[in-house]
Amino acid sequence: MSDLKDTASGTASEPDGPGGTDGTSGTDGASGTDGASGTDGPVSPTGAVDPRLLVRQEGLKGFLHEFTRRVRGGELGSLPVIVGLIVIAITFQSLNDSFLSASSLSDIAVYTAGLGIMAVGIVFVLLLGEIDLSVGSVAGASAALWAMLSVTHGMNDWLAVLMAITAGGVMGLIHGFFFAGVGVPAFVVTLAGFLGWSGVQLWLMSGEGTINTPLDSVVADLTGYYFSDKAAAYAVATVAVLGYVGSLLLDAKRRRAARLPYRPNSEIALRATAVAVLAYAVAYVLNEPAGARGLPLALVIFLVILVSADFVARRTTYGRQVFAVGGNAEAARRAGINVEKIRITVFGIAGMLAAVGGLFIASQSGGANKGLGGDNTLMNVIAAAVIGGTSLFGGRGKIWSALLGALVITSIQQGLNLQGMESDVQFMITGAVLLAAVVIDSVSRRTQKTAGRT
Amino acid sequence: MPNEPVLALRGISKRFGAVQALTEVDLEIRPGEVLALVGDNGAGKSTLVKTVAGVHTIDEGTIERHGAPVQIHRPHDAQSLGIATVYQDLALCDNLDVVANLFLGNELRSAAILDEVGMEKRAQELLDTLSIRIPSVRVPVASLSGGQRQVVAIARALIGEPQVVILDEPTAALGVEQTAQVLDLIERLRERGLGVLLISHNMADVQAVADRVAVLRLGRNNGVFPVRETSHEEIIAAITGASDNAVTRRQARTTEKNP
Ligand SMILES: Nc1ncnc2c1ncn2[C@@H]1O[C@H](COP(=O)(O)OP(=O)(O)O)[C@@H](O)[C@H]1O
Ligand SMILES: [Mg+2]
Repeated sequence: MSDLKDTASGTASEPDGPGGTDGTSGTDGASGTDGASGTDGPVSPTGAVDPRLLVRQEGLKGFLHEFTRRVRGGELGSLPVIVGLIVIAITFQSLNDSFLSASSLSDIAVYTAGLGIMAVGIVFVLLLGEIDLSVGSVAGASAALWAMLSVTHGMNDWLAVLMAITAGGVMGLIHGFFFAGVGVPAFVVTLAGFLGWSGVQLWLMSGEGTINTPLDSVVADLTGYYFSDKAAAYAVATVAVLGYVGSLLLDAKRRRAARLPYRPNSEIALRATAVAVLAYAVAYVLNEPAGARGLPLALVIFLVILVSADFVARRTTYGRQVFAVGGNAEAARRAGINVEKIRITVFGIAGMLAAVGGLFIASQSGGANKGLGGDNTLMNVIAAAVIGGTSLFGGRGKIWSALLGALVITSIQQGLNLQGMESDVQFMITGAVLLAAVVIDSVSRRTQKTAGRT
Repeated sequence: MPNEPVLALRGISKRFGAVQALTEVDLEIRPGEVLALVGDNGAGKSTLVKTVAGVHTIDEGTIERHGAPVQIHRPHDAQSLGIATVYQDLALCDNLDVVANLFLGNELRSAAILDEVGMEKRAQELLDTLSIRIPSVRVPVASLSGGQRQVVAIARALIGEPQVVILDEPTAALGVEQTAQVLDLIERLRERGLGVLLISHNMADVQAVADRVAVLRLGRNNGVFPVRETSHEEIIAAITGASDNAVTRRQARTTEKNP
């Protein structure tokens, strides 16, 4: 085409991620920067490449150049959240030097896991451009069901956990059915769910009021078990780093073989170093300082869910279809995608993950009760997804934003708890952070428009 | 006939509530031929396209492919019959990149896992053979210009190796240079032996690339003309339904004056 005025600043290549939504890793501070065509890569058949394109420089220099170009253009990626986390850490540490202590950090890790798992479900729903207001009630009702089956009725613990998660999934599927099958707006359906499922929760708990978690139960272990063997944390860190580097190398090799632009080794090394430093730092902090209890099981479960959900979202047809429906549902339908099926299953996933989150809350608070999942659970989950950078308008976001957002919210809560501040201040500060996240998102989106990107 | 229709519509009717959008419409699309479909706003052109594409189901009539009647109930049915449609509104997902849009609904994969490398390679090759220039196949479609989006939508229709391509007003929103490129692209489709149904408002476009032109008026057939032997005015007359209109009158006057 000859008319390229508004795209002349496009990058040469973005080798992975469904369009515009890369998320190789939300933890390396550079996750918004996947433009990795190296001019040292083989030149692809040039017919389709516009000569006015800015061509990436070689290797590391090109990577850094590309990174600054993107930040100037407003593609901030996960940068604001990471800066925010650093600011939070410095602030609270200077107020109270137990903030970065071993026990405080492992509390943050465990609380982040429960919140983050529910937020992963909400990220899927937000990717569709919808909202789920029922998270807290589904969590509460599922936890109540588990407690009743396992503790009151003496059912096998594993079976009861499975039943609770299935029940959460079914609740989500019901929302999905009324939304996608009947055509009621998701906002209203899940609002009805919010009321209805908390009614179910009250009814299930009506005999007892509170059911305490037995010490030897699976649910108690969810947040109570720590791998005291130091090798566990280092092994998980090693697996994570090797898996990450392996996937990058494999990707580069396949792209090279197909004569497509690929990531230069220098960039892979840089990314690998960043991930390795982070992974081993976390493992060290969980293992070594005085009072450290080792790797929490909760964190392992969360990471497994996070990595699998990220894989599904970015690498499978299902994930591609979720992004397509969120971007343009009518186009997705005309492309032969079963839009109803995608919508219903996404709400099912959100319900299932809400149920897992409910079991985490029951584990942390020592049991199921009438109020579990009430108060601010729902708002924290949605705030986590949005603070992490998932758009409320559908089709844009990353699964990793659940981790980053949950980390921000939990860190603030932990810091304020250590200061002995009550919920009033906590709510106000969390509200302000949420607002800041949305403002940054809106402003950076406007900058991106002028820079010719969306 | 040496050139059997690859797709034939026989007596197609479609109504929306009180609106009878199509009444017993017949149409034959032949391989290696560009058939233009013209008509006033609201004549039912887009509706006809959507019935063939499986977006709307037909109320009456039959659709034949190579002479055999076929059923089209869903977009997927049309795709598997080798009918590809470029909609007037393009039906692209702005948030996805060019590769993802090209393969949407037809992803290359092993099991449920996407073959990104394979798709990107084929996308490059397809865009190259069509001489389509896009800054990168990995930019989101939202960042492309109108003309680029149009050619991406056309390229998308070709991914499944269709036999019939239907284009609904592909040049309506384009500038002169971009229109020329889309028309070039349509000629390349004809050279590849595809049957092309081109819906257009623009007579100049129709006369530039079409072999035959079918006129739709108020949801009914109003004649099929070979483009080379038909004047602009005759087609306009069929569109407006008036052999007695401003153009024909002027024409008549001038021919009277200079016999
Ligand atoms: N989904 C629909 N529901 C109701 N009426 C429709 C629908 N689609 C088209 N129509 C009506 O059908 C007629 C033909 O429209 P259309 O096919 O879009 O015309 P064209 O593309 O020729 O301009 C119009 O009167 C329009 O209002
Ligand atoms: Mg139309």
